Amino acid sequence: MRVGVITFPGSLDDRDAQRAIRLAGAEPVALWHGEHDLKKVDAIVLPGGFSYGDYLRCGAIASHSPIMAEVVDAANKGMPVLGICNGFQMLVEAHLLPGGLIRNDHGRFVRRDQMIRVENNRTDWTNKFDESEEIVIPLKNGEGGYIADKATLDRLEGDGLVTFRYLGVNPNGSLNDIAGISNERGNVVGLMPHPEHAVERGFGPNTADAMRSGIDGLRIFTSMIAKVLA
Amino acid sequence: MPTIVVEVMPKAELLDPAGKAVAGALARLGHTEFANVRIGKRFELTVEGPITEATLAAARTIAEEMLSNQVIEDVISVHEAPASGASA
Repeated sequence: MRVGVITFPGSLDDRDAQRAIRLAGAEPVALWHGEHDLKKVDAIVLPGGFSYGDYLRCGAIASHSPIMAEVVDAANKGMPVLGICNGFQMLVEAHLLPGGLIRNDHGRFVRRDQMIRVENNRTDWTNKFDESEEIVIPLKNGEGGYIADKATLDRLEGDGLVTFRYLGVNPNGSLNDIAGISNERGNVVGLMPHPEHAVERGFGPNTADAMRSGIDGLRIFTSMIAKVLA
Repeated sequence: MPTIVVEVMPKAELLDPAGKAVAGALARLGHTEFANVRIGKRFELTVEGPITEATLAAARTIAEEMLSNQVIEDVISVHEAPASGASA
């Protein structure tokens, strides 16, 4: 099975996402923002980075890229789509997910191994986790504060659309400690932390077991593979 | 060149960390007369030929749909810049 990773001008973690997909057991396919060709992929990852230098608003210009018309179309037909960090910002700018992301409330960039709770394990990208499972994956952003109006927040909470929630200190001022959300169908998920940086022993977050041994991010990708193959 | 100005501000009820940082710097410089600072954006759209109701309408549309994100920002103003203004 083929999983596309779209590279935008200013993407940073596109190759990390490709590597994560390979380690999870699928074939990564490099896609280009300026084309309209999804190359017959079964799922799509919008990677992290600073597309267009965060000009205008984070993810805003990228969300109008030629290939995003195809991404929106595929997402609306049910294809699994994951937005990581800048990719999450693109998904809200493209209106595939509600709300918005603003500068961290403390005004500083934050990088840490972040504990989050899987609030909904029924999405295409979380079905390999236990309900309420607590996992650790790296977080690194300057504009990761999730916001939405009260009606939207109530709907997200009421309908189980909060996919991931920060545990411990809220790292960026996100309302309701929201780290990631999904659409109602559960095929489109966006999150600020970076699962692609926690997929291989020796290169992930520290754990009680051993340094750099955390691979909690891997199941984000194996969940999607299980969904596509189901 | 005729110019349309679009002004966008973060929504009043949302925290503006950038403005807050500037306000903190002003306070440290002794400018205690300013209680708060909020930072927004000003876009200058130059137009080939005269500005018409149609170009203003197009500017209002992109102001709402592209230049701002209605979830986090408000469009404060879409107007024609004075011909002799600083931006002319």
